[in-house]
Amino acid sequence: MTTTSKDPILVVLQLTGGNDYLNTVIPYTNPLYRDNRPVVGVAEDRVLPLDDKVGFHPEMGPMKTIYDRGDMAIIHGVGYPNSPRSHFRSMDIWHTCEPDKLGTEGWLGKATKDIDPNKENVLTSVAFGASLFRALVLPGVPVAVVDDLDTYGLLPGISEQTQRARILDRFARLYSPAIGTGAVMDYLGQTGLDTLEGADILKQAPQMYSSSVEYPDTVISKRLKGIAQIHMANLGTRIFYVDHGSFDSHSNQVGMHDKLWQDVSQGVECFFDDLKEHGVGDNVIMLMFTEFGRRTHDNGSGTDHGAGGAAFVLGENVKGGQYGEYPSLESRDLEQGDVVPNHDFRGLYSTILEDWMHLDAKPIVEGSFEKFSYLG
Amino acid sequence: MADHDIALMSHLLRRAGFGAPREELEARAAKGYEATVEELLNPKTQEIADRDEMMRYHPWTWRPGTLPGMGAAEWLHDMVNTENPLEEKMALFWHQVFATGVSKVDHYDDVMDMIVKFRQKGMGDFRVLLLEMAQDPAMIYWLDNCDNHASAVNENWGRELLELFSLGVGNYTEVDVRECSRAFTGWTIQPKLPRGPIGRHDWFFQFKEEDHDDGEKTFLGETGNLNGDDIIRIISEQPATAMFIARHLYNFFVADEAQVPAWAVTPPIDQEAIDLLTDTLIESNYDIRSTLRVLFNSEFFKNARFARLKSPTEVVVGTLRLVGGAEFPAPGIGDLSRQPSYMGQDLLNPPSVEGWHTGAEWINSGSLMRRVNFTAELVGDVERPGIKSLVERLQSQGDKSAEKVVDGCLDLMGPLEVQPESRVELIQFVGEKGEFGWSSPEQTEESKARVSELLQLIVSLREYQYA
Repeated sequence: MTTTSKDPILVVLQLTGGNDYLNTVIPYTNPLYRDNRPVVGVAEDRVLPLDDKVGFHPEMGPMKTIYDRGDMAIIHGVGYPNSPRSHFRSMDIWHTCEPDKLGTEGWLGKATKDIDPNKENVLTSVAFGASLFRALVLPGVPVAVVDDLDTYGLLPGISEQTQRARILDRFARLYSPAIGTGAVMDYLGQTGLDTLEGADILKQAPQMYSSSVEYPDTVISKRLKGIAQIHMANLGTRIFYVDHGSFDSHSNQVGMHDKLWQDVSQGVECFFDDLKEHGVGDNVIMLMFTEFGRRTHDNGSGTDHGAGGAAFVLGENVKGGQYGEYPSLESRDLEQGDVVPNHDFRGLYSTILEDWMHLDAKPIVEGSFEKFSYLG
Repeated sequence: MADHDIALMSHLLRRAGFGAPREELEARAAKGYEATVEELLNPKTQEIADRDEMMRYHPWTWRPGTLPGMGAAEWLHDMVNTENPLEEKMALFWHQVFATGVSKVDHYDDVMDMIVKFRQKGMGDFRVLLLEMAQDPAMIYWLDNCDNHASAVNENWGRELLELFSLGVGNYTEVDVRECSRAFTGWTIQPKLPRGPIGRHDWFFQFKEEDHDDGEKTFLGETGNLNGDDIIRIISEQPATAMFIARHLYNFFVADEAQVPAWAVTPPIDQEAIDLLTDTLIESNYDIRSTLRVLFNSEFFKNARFARLKSPTEVVVGTLRLVGGAEFPAPGIGDLSRQPSYMGQDLLNPPSVEGWHTGAEWINSGSLMRRVNFTAELVGDVERPGIKSLVERLQSQGDKSAEKVVDGCLDLMGPLEVQPESRVELIQFVGEKGEFGWSSPEQTEESKARVSELLQLIVSLREYQYA
């Protein structure tokens, strides 16, 4: 059995593009749902009921399994006031907790700094994908960005090892903070040094891994498997970040949304099964969020950008159930045709930061916001 | 010829193109800077690089339909081998603005058709290009305007037109989004035939009058039975649009700005420059060529050497042009065309309609590793014609000391400007093995190998990531 230290670990799965709240956690007994969703509505007999009010999208069977065993909190009506309904601005706001001005410091970048103030581990935070999520950005804080664990390494083309060592040694000197000035040079320098250090460590992870869990052959499953491998290799990573999408279902929503949730649900189930098989799941939670929900009324093929959405927190030590209130679908309660968020996303972050990561949330989210008790 | 002229020409060609080998820089510098700007702005011919060899050796790169993997190969080959570098650079510029991708369009041909439009019209009247985009089949499908009906409005295109293609956030209301979308109802594509075994049928623009909302609309204060072309006219009359395009040009050609969504809340780094470009756009009736002429001849452009980070495409194409040997479409071009995507820029397939985040956001540990590994492998190959000629120049200059060889390499690779401390490190690195010798075949072989090592270290420098 693999052993891990029992520091709390957070995995963030970002549902990029604006996941449709109403067709994910479906208020299937509410007649207003039917009225608003003449085209993309999910028939009542296909909904996977959670209770007599709401149920999951039919492709979320594996998510329901997790919910049913009490390992998932559904947080209703998450968002923030005055949604700009722009993907990009909205995602920036989620990443930086700055609704009014341009934020450059990510909430998890700040969390990483609190966890590892002296930068003892370049792998405290690891992102999977081709780009670095702004949520993880903070000057001076290392983040390893991995697209493929199997090919991660510098100058593999130089086969002669003494020569490679000689060049890499000089590489480290050329990236030292003593050379060059300015934020971008510093950032490049630090990234280069962290890459050099992280690459050798990360290479071990797939070699140490074996599992009976067979992940499906999808992008999100491959990345979640990589996260499981790094977690099991016990490299001290505390924050993982990955995304999947695009959930931007303006048109042909029916088939598109089905496939997205099929891939996500299956991947997430395999991930938690994998951790369970190795006995390393009890210190891991996963947050799933999206930048906004979608418009209440469908547009005849899909749904346009909206405001309030749902978030999910999963893990063996999560107190499962539903938190907060499903926002009203009554037309007099809608704002510009959207359900109005009633739980500030910074409260969601605060709950995770304080009750799970044991960090001080106030300086990270810049204020005090309502918390729920799914983590303690 | 003054070193200064070569350095400036190198800068111009890096920005207005993808860099050039030393021989080309010398020839262009001899003609003069302004003359070169005019040559770049007025390409001799609209003919693009010869397609015959591509067709013969890689037939699947020509209109690849829905076949994944080879889609950008043809374009990459054009960028590497073009004789009209600015035309290709503008195609890349507009692709980054009107970011449309096969992830949804599922048809390389339609997205490549956009690139052809950018190449042909990218230096003309912006308003014409904007209208062209509103009627572009890939764009219509990408932003769901084919699902924007008189009876059921779809806001996707209407919103992004205002947010990302013209005015920018903060210069319109939610009501404007709605009214703008209504004006574009019925702007759709045909034929809507099902997908075939290896692709879709080509799409064409169609205006369906019976699906167009003919009612009164009020958009940015103007009321009437507005159609899509009225919207584009009204948008173009807003100074915010000129400023938005000016900022895009500045960000792409001069220096890295904040990311586009933040422009509403972040002032430009050089307001004077933006004002000049904005005024030029307005006075020239949105003539991009006139605006670029002002930009390239400005002092703020000339002073912005190495002030922005290269995009992945610039890294890949620029390095290939430097090392040479990619003129003939050899096997492996498919893999070459995927290299920018490994570094975070999947051509013809941007992550979203916002396009790519640029500047320092190109760089993370994974993408930096890809940049270093790819470029080091190319410059380490002393059989590449560009590297061969670089070594021959060093040899004919008789450079023997570590210092001379380092300076020679930095000069011939750009000239690259590096930190003095970096230069000292490079000199120490090659100096570990003593002087270079060129007098016997054995010495020359050894010197070549050492130059190859040095070049690999040079492209690994942070400084190499700047354009």
